[in-house]
Amino acid sequence: MSRSARSCAVAGAFLLAFTGLASADAVKLGRPALPEEIKAWDIDVRPDGLGLPEGKGSVSQGEELFQNNCAACHGEFGEGVGRWPVLAGGQGTLKSERPEKTIGSFWPDTSTVFDYVHRAMPFGAAQTLQPDEVYAIVAYLLYLNDVVAEDYVLSKENFPKVALPNQANFYDDDREITEKAFWNAQPCMKDCKPKVEITSHAAVLDVTPDAGKEGDKPAGAVE
Amino acid sequence: MNQTKPGRRVDRRRFLTLAGLAGAGAAAGVRPAAAEATPDPDIVNLPPWTQALGAGVNNHPYGTPSPFEKDVVRREVTWLTASSESSVSFTPLYALDGIITPNGLCFVRHHGGEAEIDPARHRFMIHGMVDKPLVFTMEDIKRMPGRTNRVYFLECAANSGMEWRGAQLNGCQYTHGMIHNVVYTGVPLRAFLEAAGVKPKGKWVLAEGADASAMTRSIPLEKAMDDCLVAWAMNGEALRPEQGYPLRLVVPGWEGNMWIKWLRRIEVGDQPWGQREETSKYTDLLADGRSRRFTFIMDAKSVVTSPSPQAPLHAKGPNVVSGVAWSGRGTITRVDVTLDGGKNWTTARIEGPALPRAMTRFYLDVDWNGEELLLQSRAMDDTGYVQPTKAELRAVRGVNSIYHNNGIQTWLVRSNGEAENVEVS
Ligand code: HEC
Repeated sequence: MSRSARSCAVAGAFLLAFTGLASADAVKLGRPALPEEIKAWDIDVRPDGLGLPEGKGSVSQGEELFQNNCAACHGEFGEGVGRWPVLAGGQGTLKSERPEKTIGSFWPDTSTVFDYVHRAMPFGAAQTLQPDEVYAIVAYLLYLNDVVAEDYVLSKENFPKVALPNQANFYDDDREITEKAFWNAQPCMKDCKPKVEITSHAAVLDVTPDAGKEGDKPAGAVE
Repeated sequence: MNQTKPGRRVDRRRFLTLAGLAGAGAAAGVRPAAAEATPDPDIVNLPPWTQALGAGVNNHPYGTPSPFEKDVVRREVTWLTASSESSVSFTPLYALDGIITPNGLCFVRHHGGEAEIDPARHRFMIHGMVDKPLVFTMEDIKRMPGRTNRVYFLECAANSGMEWRGAQLNGCQYTHGMIHNVVYTGVPLRAFLEAAGVKPKGKWVLAEGADASAMTRSIPLEKAMDDCLVAWAMNGEALRPEQGYPLRLVVPGWEGNMWIKWLRRIEVGDQPWGQREETSKYTDLLADGRSRRFTFIMDAKSVVTSPSPQAPLHAKGPNVVSGVAWSGRGTITRVDVTLDGGKNWTTARIEGPALPRAMTRFYLDVDWNGEELLLQSRAMDDTGYVQPTKAELRAVRGVNSIYHNNGIQTWLVRSNGEAENVEVS
């Protein structure tokens, strides 16, 4: 090869090495995920039961586990201690002045109880419960919410048959239809209303935090 | 709601601490005439900083704000939640200007505290309905082609959530401070999904964090393939730990909870996963007892940040009404301001970049004669959406939905310059 041909080849290789990489594949980034690795992280459980591990647990086993691991925050009967979340009760409150949203009154899917308790509870010791323990605790929470009877044993097999009462009351975002009036490109600019009155004052409630004062506790949460 | 402690008003001392403004207060009036003025000691007496040498160049290897700005900090509302590991701190919007939120002031919402992660030990996995499940290291991610920089707002869906039943918190830090706006550096999520090869049946992705809440959200594949980013930097430096260091998901225009921090896993599937944060939380309970779900988009919204309860007016005469507007549906095209509670409106000046799904700054230069003001702002975006009044919102949604309160905010500015959160008819 002549000298100039060789330098051309070198330049060509350089260009090849530094141009036109369209995807991770092209640069061979990442490596295959091993089945054991996927299994270690893939703990999610879907409403149709996909992702449930083998296992089972009874209401009474769940009661004991709950008293030992959960009741300090959520209360013996899931009623919530102080400001910790309430897990049971609240049926019939969703249209009221003060809705109480719990597993029994609000949640649509049983699978969420399993998934969430397994992934995030007990608060501060997440993912320490074994599958049988989670089945038992979920059974107890369903019992506290009048969804199953006292002698119920929850398992991978019967799980998908347990439905929560409020499931039918969820529907997909429809703002573009029901709030169509907000797409009003020509809002009023002049003499829009004859008079204006103040209807509500934050200073009356006076719950704004400040350095010198213990925070008051009105209703509500960031959720 | 636990109503009224009767008759308590914002007391002045408290109001000043809140605002962090030592010399604030009553309208000082007009400029004194030159003839009666005595010489300003800050001009005629040499101050020490003009005579003695100051600190050296690297006195603060990582610079911090002036000590005179010490009150410009995130704040918590302790009664909101049971523990600060599952709580929120608010951006001090009242003291900020321009469109970019400084990293250290970006509001923080955790569900299991702030994870401290060694980037060398962080992994990012894509699996589920894909041809090739893959694992990436942080080093791999930063070598990916297609790196991009984008400015986006991140607003918690519960921002203004305390205000559904009436004016409650006195200060835009608390009423609107669950938002920040920074420039992200990252790679489109699409690039990772394409590398793994999404199977034709794939319709949703589940994003998961590595923190003690293992936060998860289901996101439609269409959005994941559109503009979502896998980001490692904000405002030019590594993500702050409280914002998900070393890796977070960016989901432009959609509720902040979906922007998974400490991102470690994306699973592809054919239906949503019904996770706690898309069922128990982040669903909108309406007056009829039914609930909307998958209300991902943050509608157009705005707030006057100054004057506001933490940023009173100091003097009659020229003043700048300043605020921010944003829309998860697109770009802010116009912001109107009213000084009389909505009788008459003036279009404000949008100043600086107006980017899609980003905070946009507006100003209205006013000459204030000391009369009481009922200040409001109203945002419009390029889809023709106009920010509704709180009454209009309540008429459709009731008062129990917690999330997505984008109603028009009112500040009552009194003749002494102090401002209060109120609602008007
Ligand atoms: C130290 C207090 C504490 C303990 C102990 C605890 N939790 Fe929790 N729990 C919390 C907090 C805090 C949250 C809300 C977390 C958040 O902000 O996301 C929560 C949320 C929940 C929720 C969701 C509530 C809702 O309405 O969305 C369930 C269900 C739950 N916990 C079950 C359990 C179970 C079962 C146990 C025992 C295995 C347990 N928790 C132990 C503090 C605790």
